[in-house]
Amino acid sequence: MYTIKGKTGDWELVIGLETHIEVTSNSKLFSGASADYNPSVPANTQASFVDAAMPGMLPVLNEYCVEQAIRMGLGLNAEISKRSKFARKQYFYPDLPQGYQISQPAEEPPIVGRGWVEITDDDGNPKKILIERAHLEQDAGKLKHDAHPTKSMADYNRTGVALLEIVTFLDTKNPENNSYITSPDEAEKYLRQIREIARSLGVSNANMEEGSMRADVNVSVRRVGAAEFGTRTETKNMVSFKFIKTAIEYEARRQIEIIENGGTVSQDTMHYNQDSGTTTVMRSKEDALDYRYFPDPDLLPLIIEDDLIERIRATLPELPSVRRARYMSELGLSEYDAARLTESVQISNWFESAVGDKLVRAKPIANWMISELFAHPENFVLDESIQRDESIRIIAPSDLAELVDMISENEINGKMAKDIFVKMLDGETGSPKQIADKFGLKQMSDTGAIVSAVDDVIAKNASQVEQYKSGKVGLIGFFVGQVMKATGGAANPEVVNKILKEKLG
Amino acid sequence: MNLTDLTIAEALEKLKSGEITATELTRAYLDRIEKFGDQLNCYITLTPERALADAAESDKRYAAGNPLPLDGIPIGMKDLFATRGIRTTAASHILENFTPEYESTVSQKFIDAGTVLLGKTNLDEFAMGTFSKTSFFGAPISPYQIENKLTAGGSSGGTTSAVASGLAIGGTGTDTGGSIRFPAAITGLVGMKPTYGLCSRWGCVAFASSLDTPGPIARTVDDAALLLSAMAGYDEKDSTSANAGFYVKDRLTQIGLNKLKIGVIKEFDDVEISPDMKKLFDERIEDLKKSGAEIITVSIPNILDALAAYYIIAPAEASSNLARYDGMRYGLRVEGKDLIDTYKKTRAAGFGEEVQRRMVVGTAVLSSESYEVYFMQAARVRRLIADAFNRAFEQCDLIVCPSSAGTALPLDSDLSPLEYYALDLFTVAMNLAGIPACSVPCGLAENKLPLGMQVVGRAFDDMRVLQLAKHIEEFAGLNNKPSEIMGK
Repeated sequence: MYTIKGKTGDWELVIGLETHIEVTSNSKLFSGASADYNPSVPANTQASFVDAAMPGMLPVLNEYCVEQAIRMGLGLNAEISKRSKFARKQYFYPDLPQGYQISQPAEEPPIVGRGWVEITDDDGNPKKILIERAHLEQDAGKLKHDAHPTKSMADYNRTGVALLEIVTFLDTKNPENNSYITSPDEAEKYLRQIREIARSLGVSNANMEEGSMRADVNVSVRRVGAAEFGTRTETKNMVSFKFIKTAIEYEARRQIEIIENGGTVSQDTMHYNQDSGTTTVMRSKEDALDYRYFPDPDLLPLIIEDDLIERIRATLPELPSVRRARYMSELGLSEYDAARLTESVQISNWFESAVGDKLVRAKPIANWMISELFAHPENFVLDESIQRDESIRIIAPSDLAELVDMISENEINGKMAKDIFVKMLDGETGSPKQIADKFGLKQMSDTGAIVSAVDDVIAKNASQVEQYKSGKVGLIGFFVGQVMKATGGAANPEVVNKILKEKLG
Repeated sequence: MNLTDLTIAEALEKLKSGEITATELTRAYLDRIEKFGDQLNCYITLTPERALADAAESDKRYAAGNPLPLDGIPIGMKDLFATRGIRTTAASHILENFTPEYESTVSQKFIDAGTVLLGKTNLDEFAMGTFSKTSFFGAPISPYQIENKLTAGGSSGGTTSAVASGLAIGGTGTDTGGSIRFPAAITGLVGMKPTYGLCSRWGCVAFASSLDTPGPIARTVDDAALLLSAMAGYDEKDSTSANAGFYVKDRLTQIGLNKLKIGVIKEFDDVEISPDMKKLFDERIEDLKKSGAEIITVSIPNILDALAAYYIIAPAEASSNLARYDGMRYGLRVEGKDLIDTYKKTRAAGFGEEVQRRMVVGTAVLSSESYEVYFMQAARVRRLIADAFNRAFEQCDLIVCPSSAGTALPLDSDLSPLEYYALDLFTVAMNLAGIPACSVPCGLAENKLPLGMQVVGRAFDDMRVLQLAKHIEEFAGLNNKPSEIMGK
């Protein structure tokens, strides 16, 4: 268990995360404007009258965003609320044209209820992290303070884009389940898990650098073994795994120091300073804003029928975690290989396409992909929609399948396979079989020819034969090498081995 | 023939027969507006060029033999409905120079029905008020006994002033707590608050979203039905819009009164109303009885709490809806020393006293310490009232009640805010319940001022509400020809 040593003893951490992921959709949560706000899009060209909060404009819920939220909910093993509500969270700021954010606050049932994700804890054991809720809400616009010498400019392209906020659950009634995050590493693993699920379901790019994934981090500390939870602080708007880990540790140490010096932690909202890696109080509890939440009268309660949930469930792709487990149990891959091959849906699809229905191919194909193919990303295609250089020889799943089959059927040996692979990388067209034919790469399995080569090698190396017979069996490699050399590398090493052993006794 | 005395139904007949043209009719209204407009102050913005262009298009369609349902009918549009390219102010300084680039669904539907837009009518600022006195542009007045400067009511007082005086043949209002029915009642007009969701709110400047209901104001029930036919219908841009419609072709069909069960609300018996109102109401009840209707007493136990609930819910929603007027993107902006100062100066200068009062109240009732005791409690009362109406409608088909306690008061009456709020007593409950209610003239008081009574129905029973209102209109026999109210 992760602990921090204080002056007076060891401390453990209790961490809660509120993760915002931007929902992938063509249009915004409540308006028909495009949700594409990337920096190359000119400011305020993707803002509708609704986004600009013109008088009399009304929100209309984007059904696709609702489906995305359900999809994510199912990925989080969560209950989907049959009835949820939208409310207004009110505050004045120029990036919020309405003067309120339409959200699903804690007082109302959110679209996604209790769920969980599994991570490995710091000791390598599987650990469930409970999710309390996930809800839909509007993103704010962006203020630009450097576009004009004296004025700040507002860009409403991002205003109203759908966010899904995923909140972890601290089960204070059953703390012994230990189903919450207790270390900076676990926080990172949890976030990576969320990211992986979101990406594999197509719910979000969940990219912290792009801003499509952000997290608020709640941290509290308590003495190891203490029954009571401590007072938490919330550090807002964290945008990298590294910052999150530093902030958690810094904040925990800050709290420990306060308590050990006889003080009490105040439930403040903190700001993280990226340059110094420290946290400072942004807003104290006393100054907490009153958001005056109330149900948005422009929107009816959101009713979700079972049919919709089941329809979405039926189209849900296999989640990476499930896929990993299957690769290990059904295909006999190692944990490492399974992990590498489930880094993205596209990689998994490529792999499975190469394996086809011949499960024996799985291990060799995994080896080829991980040790050879991944080193040459330009030579294989994961996403058909991305334009590529037509002059490059693309290695297709069928190429690798054919190569692996040729080895297992003794048509070529490993060295020849490598040669064929390199030739493909170098631009050789044609299938591996055609390449083998063209360059005369064919394994010699004809016993007669091998026997004569073996006899020749034994005749020429009398002293080594003597040593072998006197017990230096390691010399078998020497003989194999000689035979391979004599056959120009074409002999089947297994057959050579077998014949050598027979002849040498 | 006095063109501005025609009802919509009459004008449509004459337009169809070719007896008059839309341009003649429009010019008659524009002339009368020229004559009386300033005195009545019923329009904030006049659109004569647009009106004549609309009329010319109508005449072409009549000539071609393919007129639209309300082709050539000159109307006034409450200045709460966004009109593309035409200033839309909500009678507020903060939107004094705001010209939207979009057309509200309701005003678009009137364009689609072939109406002629005379102008944008005056109202209380953001529709908050009962005398239209909170308008930044000054109050409109009633054409009745014009020397007495009586209120035309509010918040849709510009439309009632215009329609009662013959400066529009009909018009639009919005009713959040009585803003169509009260002004219609005291100006001798028919004001229909349809079922919530029947008419789209899209493009209509929001006051209290869960209560705001666009509806028609006209001189006759038939005319109100014709206007409502144009306004009503599902709108995918308004999430609270109902998948329902309303359609009357030329005139309402008759509803048989025999055996019709009409409820009278018991709790309203205890409310003090003027002797005139009581007398006229009782007379109309007698008329209904004589025609075979069965009058029964129904109970809406919390109806007298409706006012309190309304004055929590409406300001709460308003405080939120009006947050967007921050001077950042459109409308008035008063520069301050920093962002917060700019917000404060802009909103202090842009909003009038009553709007500010309601926003302060609304902000307070939504604060975390007040939410449960005020807002949630009001929401519960609202539910109780809606449930009670539902139960009442298990016993009766329709309900009738007064529209107001008495006749129009002088504009300069010195009422406290609470006294103004109390004027909504008979109307707010129907907004809380979202059910249709129509105020129809029930006669003249001794002071020769009109009074109205309401017909209330269950949700989406708008047709029968108007059908019963039409009977009451006939019983009352009020002459509301503009030429006789304020001359030719």
